[in-house]
Amino acid sequence: MSKHAPLGGSLITRTTVIAAVLFVLSMVLLAVRFLKGLGAVANINNGYPWGIWVAYDVVIGTAFACGGYAMALLVYILNKGKYHPLVRPALLASMFGYSLGGFSVIFDLGRYWNFWHIMTPGYANPNSVMFEVALCVACYCVVLWIEFTPSFAEKWGGPALKRRLNNVLFVFIALGCLLPTMHQSSLGTLLVVFGQLIHPLWQTRLLPLLFLMSALAMGFSIVIFEATLVTSAYKRPSEARILAFVTRYIVVLMSAYLLLRWGDLAYEGKLGLVFSSGGLSLMFWLENLLFATPIVLMLPKANRVNERLQFLSAVSMLLGGGLYRIDAYLVAYGRPGWHYFPSVGELLVTLGIIALEVLAYIVFVKRLPVLHPVHAAGPTHAVERAPAALTTE
Amino acid sequence: MKDSMLTAIETRLGLSRRSFMQFCAAMAATMGLPKGADAQIAHALVSAKRPPVIWLHFQECTGCTESMLRAEHPTLEKLILDIISLDYHETLFAAAGHQAEAARRASMAANKGKYLLVVEGAIPTKDNGIYCKVGGQTALEMVHECAADAAAIIAIGSCASWGGMPSTSPNPTGATGAPVILKDKSVVTIPGCPPNPYNFLSTVVHYLTFGKLPEVDAKGRPKFAYSRLIHENCERRPHFDAGRFAQEFGDEGHRKGYCLYKLGCKGPETYANCPSILFGDVGSGSWPVGTGHPCIGCTEQGIGFQKPIYELAELKYVLPPVGYPHIVEEQGQGMSAGSAALVAGVGGLAVGAGAMMARNLGKNKKPDDTDFGKE
Repeated sequence: MSKHAPLGGSLITRTTVIAAVLFVLSMVLLAVRFLKGLGAVANINNGYPWGIWVAYDVVIGTAFACGGYAMALLVYILNKGKYHPLVRPALLASMFGYSLGGFSVIFDLGRYWNFWHIMTPGYANPNSVMFEVALCVACYCVVLWIEFTPSFAEKWGGPALKRRLNNVLFVFIALGCLLPTMHQSSLGTLLVVFGQLIHPLWQTRLLPLLFLMSALAMGFSIVIFEATLVTSAYKRPSEARILAFVTRYIVVLMSAYLLLRWGDLAYEGKLGLVFSSGGLSLMFWLENLLFATPIVLMLPKANRVNERLQFLSAVSMLLGGGLYRIDAYLVAYGRPGWHYFPSVGELLVTLGIIALEVLAYIVFVKRLPVLHPVHAAGPTHAVERAPAALTTE
Repeated sequence: MKDSMLTAIETRLGLSRRSFMQFCAAMAATMGLPKGADAQIAHALVSAKRPPVIWLHFQECTGCTESMLRAEHPTLEKLILDIISLDYHETLFAAAGHQAEAARRASMAANKGKYLLVVEGAIPTKDNGIYCKVGGQTALEMVHECAADAAAIIAIGSCASWGGMPSTSPNPTGATGAPVILKDKSVVTIPGCPPNPYNFLSTVVHYLTFGKLPEVDAKGRPKFAYSRLIHENCERRPHFDAGRFAQEFGDEGHRKGYCLYKLGCKGPETYANCPSILFGDVGSGSWPVGTGHPCIGCTEQGIGFQKPIYELAELKYVLPPVGYPHIVEEQGQGMSAGSAALVAGVGGLAVGAGAMMARNLGKNKKPDDTDFGKE
């Protein structure tokens, strides 16, 4: 009855072995971090308390993990059932992205043993942006695993379990649309709170909206990126046609994003900084170039089905969104006299986390019903949807 | 301290209790004494029998005494006349002639070993000291006579301390400071022309309170007043460090209050606390450098009255900076060779892999776009 099936095949490949080695290496480094303290592994300091573990693992990691959110919005809110084959793999990537992002926070915390404070009413400060992000990301991690349960149910449970699950799943799907809207914008709000520490080219009251919009566009892009990667790696038929529709949303989102960002700079009288900020101006232009690339490439309709251009657009969008976050959190951030560049240890831990995501993704698609079987690929699917969507089926 | 004692001092000095305690606290602060010393000072001033003071004048201008009389917290004539018993002082005593000399000898005999000797002015030594005589007695004889049974000796002013202006080359009278004459005695010197009255007063009050004179340096100067160069605490020092100098009197830099070093200021080689305690109790800027004239180094032997006023000072140990110091500390770890290589390596690998993949994407198949747009 399910339209999803495991890929099968050996789990031991060159990719998985490399990923596993990188992961083990990062675990060793983390052991050092927990035995000897943060300074033994990371370059983060009192001036830069957030390093690459926050900027990449949490902020970029969760934005890359917005595929599930973006597709859920499309399929369940805009009721576009044809995108359904893209939902499960996207959810899977989101699940790993968010879980590991949340997990990364633990090793970035100096006094990690107090982590539970933020979840405890007596200790938590409900007026804090950090509180909103922490609670929201934690909830969303749980919601993602629940959203993904149909895969587990199909593998290990019976049809009865799956039916029962369908009756309650809409609540979590709704939450899955609400929560990322909240915390992806809050990741921008965190920087608003930083005030003068962020260079004016990045510091704006629109940061929450800009972060949310770019996160959504990155969500759509990661769907294209992953789908292209999977079809290419496992020699599956191209999904270019269905992905072509997804590119439209990126074009719309990023056009609006650039309009807002530049409009805000003009409104605030900061346009001069675009040229006069030295190295930061360069970063700003690089970001905008990367953001504009998918718009330019995907605006002509004929280009949208071109797999290569799709892939390039998605990669450009992901790099742009990533650079935007790195810039805002690390490059454009500065306290006089303080320096930071991630140490080799920090970089290897981040690489290990990425490797773990890749590894787990491969294991899941090979062993669990995540992808649609090759013969069923196409725009007609029986899908699990929110109840409202079910009536159209 | 008993209330009755404070009441007694109120009547005796005509001072309010508050003003008296303020004076004691100011004295303690001037000498950098620890907490509680102000109470000790108050106690000593209230209870001790007024120590007799013999104040000698030799080759001098009476500037030191004039300066003393203008000390204002509280009105110093009260303290000089009431806290100490000023038995002999040429400027201030009412008696004259042999009567005055008789009073001095009587006091010395009555207070043998207990009186305080203050010397003001240089002592001429050439031709057996005939160039300065009081009552037929040379300064040389007089200082030896008075010092013999003194409990403590203070040389006030540069003249008494090291010869001062009268000793300036060619020094026709062989003017000499008291410490050289009284080699076998320990003499506390309060150099300056005139010296700051509070440095003298603090020394006296220290003696009254603790029964001994304050700690002194090799030249007999109290360390609380003479251990720092003027240059160290000068209000114009930031201009020195920033390289902003008055080049001549009345130029723009001079009017803007820049450093006076190039006009010959001797602050960099003169030890005194002038910039810290100022003169005349009239507030900020009331000292030579504050008013726009370079320090002439009046407290320092070999500099004051010796070096030309506008000659450049020798920088003792505070040198102009070779570079400006950072306001902020550089902290944290920047890029290392390892991390740069790792980022470049991984980045290169990713770009390479992505490019290879993108190149292969279009090759195998042309996507069927027949139903594109038919949503």
